[in-house]
Amino acid sequence: MKPFQYRAPTLLGEALSLLASAGQRARALAGGTDLLVQMRRGLINADLIVDVKKVFELNRLDFDPSDGLTIGAAVPLCRICESPEVAQHYPGLVDALSIIGSVAVRSRATVGGNLCNAAPSADSIPALIVHGAVCTVASREGTRQVPVARFCTGPGQTVLGPGELLVSVRVPPPRPRSGARYLRFTPRYEMDIAVVGVAAWLELSEGLTTIANARIALGAVAPTPLLAVEAGASLVGRTPSAAAFAEAAALAQSIGAPISDVRGTAAQRRHLVGILTRRALEGALQRARGAEPDGRQG
Amino acid sequence: MSTPRDERKPVTDEPVSLRVIGTRPPLYGAVDKVLGRAVFGADVSLPELLHGKVLRSPHAHARILSVDTRRAEGYPGVHAVVTARDLPEGAGEQSERDNTLAGDKVLYVGHPIAAIAAESPHIAEEALALIDVQYEVLPPVLDVRRAMQADAPLLHETLRTWSLAGQAASSSNVAEHLQHVKGDPERGFAEADVIVERSFTTTMVHQGYIEPHASTALWHPDGSLTVWTCTQGAFPVREHLSSLLDLPMARIRVVPTEIGGGFGGKASSYVDVVAALLARKAGRPVKVVMGRDEVLKATGPTPGTFIRVRMGARRDGRIVAAEAELCYEAGAYPGSSVGSGADTIFACYDIPNARVDGYDVVVNKPKTSSYRAPGATPAVFAVEQVVDELAERLCIDSLDFRLLNCAREGTRRVSGQPYPRVGFVEVLQAAKAHPHYSEPLGGPNRGRGIAFGYWGNWAGQSCCTISVNADGTVSLLTGSVDVSGALTGIAMQAAEELGLELRQVQARVADTASIGYTDVSAGSRTTFGTGLAAIEAARDVIAQMRARAARLWGVPVETVSYDRVAFTTSVDPTQRLSFRELAAQLSATGGPVMGRGNLDGDVLRRGGAPGLHIADVELDPETGKVTVLRYTAVQDVGRAVHPGNVEGQIKGGVAQGIGWALYEGCFYGEDGQLLNATLLDNKLPTAMDIPAVEPVIVEVPDPVHPYGVRGAGETPIVPVAGAIANALYRITGRRMERLPMTPAYVLERMGVI
Repeated sequence: MKPFQYRAPTLLGEALSLLASAGQRARALAGGTDLLVQMRRGLINADLIVDVKKVFELNRLDFDPSDGLTIGAAVPLCRICESPEVAQHYPGLVDALSIIGSVAVRSRATVGGNLCNAAPSADSIPALIVHGAVCTVASREGTRQVPVARFCTGPGQTVLGPGELLVSVRVPPPRPRSGARYLRFTPRYEMDIAVVGVAAWLELSEGLTTIANARIALGAVAPTPLLAVEAGASLVGRTPSAAAFAEAAALAQSIGAPISDVRGTAAQRRHLVGILTRRALEGALQRARGAEPDGRQG
Repeated sequence: MSTPRDERKPVTDEPVSLRVIGTRPPLYGAVDKVLGRAVFGADVSLPELLHGKVLRSPHAHARILSVDTRRAEGYPGVHAVVTARDLPEGAGEQSERDNTLAGDKVLYVGHPIAAIAAESPHIAEEALALIDVQYEVLPPVLDVRRAMQADAPLLHETLRTWSLAGQAASSSNVAEHLQHVKGDPERGFAEADVIVERSFTTTMVHQGYIEPHASTALWHPDGSLTVWTCTQGAFPVREHLSSLLDLPMARIRVVPTEIGGGFGGKASSYVDVVAALLARKAGRPVKVVMGRDEVLKATGPTPGTFIRVRMGARRDGRIVAAEAELCYEAGAYPGSSVGSGADTIFACYDIPNARVDGYDVVVNKPKTSSYRAPGATPAVFAVEQVVDELAERLCIDSLDFRLLNCAREGTRRVSGQPYPRVGFVEVLQAAKAHPHYSEPLGGPNRGRGIAFGYWGNWAGQSCCTISVNADGTVSLLTGSVDVSGALTGIAMQAAEELGLELRQVQARVADTASIGYTDVSAGSRTTFGTGLAAIEAARDVIAQMRARAARLWGVPVETVSYDRVAFTTSVDPTQRLSFRELAAQLSATGGPVMGRGNLDGDVLRRGGAPGLHIADVELDPETGKVTVLRYTAVQDVGRAVHPGNVEGQIKGGVAQGIGWALYEGCFYGEDGQLLNATLLDNKLPTAMDIPAVEPVIVEVPDPVHPYGVRGAGETPIVPVAGAIANALYRITGRRMERLPMTPAYVLERMGVI
């Protein structure tokens, strides 16, 4: 690891100035569970590390029934998962955030870091996508909003330009009769990485008989997490049923370009998308109806 | 049928009652480890310490055309750069030299080429990039069967196959072809009513110890050398250093630090010579700590294998013939564990006619090292599925089938030796009587499998000294590194002999200057073999103290006895001294007493420990995910010196076996790059993946040990993959012919993907 400057500003403006001053050679540090590992392995070289854990705006975790949930980019996952409001209103998000890494990792790792690391297999991203979450990105020039679904542009690549910082992620307020579920497949039960991850979100019509709205997002089947637009759209207006879910699962299987690697084969990934999409839809449906699905992760 | 408990024979040489053996005291050093106070390899620090880093080959197979280190030598903060040219000419075995620092060729990705000592590990790492190595890249050969083909690329142009017929004339990647034959296999198969034949492949697996190798070398002004290193055997490291540095053994002191796992992998030396060379050249002490990726790329995994097994049985259930072909990947240099694989494959059974062929094959992967019962797990994974299939075809309960065919005292093994007393039958009976074997599975998509495994005990050579202190406590030194809590087990045997409480015995692992030669802690030998040395040392102490009592009392020494409570003499019943009372008088009766035990265990008749495992697994038929729900491991341990530690060994072995069965492997790309050189992708099981393993201890004493102790630490890994495979067969109707049995493989076998 090469020598670098370390700064830990307390003001957002200061953080943005520091990042702007070093351009491409600066990296923001939150939990460090990806960044430090990659620096040690020589995959990332940085001249300036800006520790953003002391910046107020990045440490907010606020829920407002009309405004939704704001997750500061430096809030550790354990704090989010332990929040009763998050657990009550966004259990589908907790599905994803509570299985990243281990207890020790979750006490450091952040949603902001998971987004900026932009791994195709990142667990938080499909779950944020189906919740319609939006990123707030700041630079010295101002702030902009980017839907999570468009935040990642490739493995390890995001829309962030030089001098830009992910400040927070806003998740819209929970809608009545809606429910979400995130499932991933891993060979092991923890400290593992998704072979495939699937998030599903359903909103039922007033009589709970038909699906008013649906979103499905996939992880680890393409260079970035994907919103499965047609799979979600296929459910709108339909009665929740095994046939409808099977059709949506088949549509989800038809997108992306899964690869064969040391974590799984393309055929296995394609197959798992079908299984997990169905299961995630079943779980989301249960939650939309006010029930809690079984505790399985995959 | 009697229960195994009824069949226990009394332990030979046993005193009235055991006071220490069989209890569960806290292990030496356990609290230090929990509190973070134990000194591991990387914790060693010295004044003026430099840090070493190793330049490793990016190619799996290449000729080294040139190595130019000049730019690195001039880099600020660099104190020394070494290559193979710094090894004394002609010193040591060529393959050991080449695996320490490559000579003409690199044979695997991660093969060490040069090393740098610098003020900080970061500077050393940066300077590595300044070493210019020119390669002629050669095609690698990565699979054992491909490597055996006549047209395969050759790793060593001079390697010619050794076999019973002598050495072959032409070069090959096959270093050795070994063969065991018993009876007449052809006639045996002709007699068989049912014959099953299957082939299996297993992937290289890393031992997965959490502590990376770390070595610190310090040269003294008199030209002697001290090395602190995390190893399973300080003496083998000393001899390795002596040989490669061309230095007399007495001038080298190897200090073994605490060890953060080894499982056989720290029986090999990787960075000790490198640290010593750097330190000599720099004139300052040097510490080399390997990174995780270096450990996974360049230190000994266990061989990948191809194993074909064919077995035949008669309608009455007797196995009448067996043959096996075992092809093991040695890695870059000869010396795989195929010998012990061949020795173990049919070890549990009494088979009249059998043939075993073993092949030791070099491939462009790191040189393999031992891993807990080296070579046995793949062999047993293969044979236990074939045995299971035979039982099924003959409609015989799989445990009964094993009882019908299991080895007994006097059974001659296919590999030669007849068995001494070993509890094969007792283990099978205990398993059959255990509720796990008959209780319902309790749900769909569940299956139960069993497998039978064996691992022999190696006694090896050990030294132990016991010094009596004036307050009646004793200080025990052994050369055996404490890899498994064995130090406590060794001391417990000494305490038993001496009639002391364990807290009156302080045992420590000595460095190589402080005790006589002691073999590596491996081969299930430490509690057994070094325990024997400790018993000998304790008996020596007692003999010397009897002489002191005789002198005090003015009686003939033959009349003095010690009943582990007090020294008494038959001449004068009024005389009586406790151990502590007599210890206080040593100074005045001839000086200190030090007992010694130096064991040559290789002359002992070798026993071993059989284990029968029962696994309940659940399969998610849609994803292929396998969950082990319940696990029972029944094992003959001879005598559990520290039952809690024996149970820990059984649980640990099973946990490693589950990892090997379901998750772990070293996966290489076609170019020989290791694709999973991290613990994220080299998937050791976590606590969440392992059920509560139930160890069932069966005690059939080993007659060569005064307390009947058998080495117990390795057997627990041997049957695991076979038991899980047999359980999966019950669910899927498919035999599992590959390790690891990953979710993708299980789905493929089921025809789902």
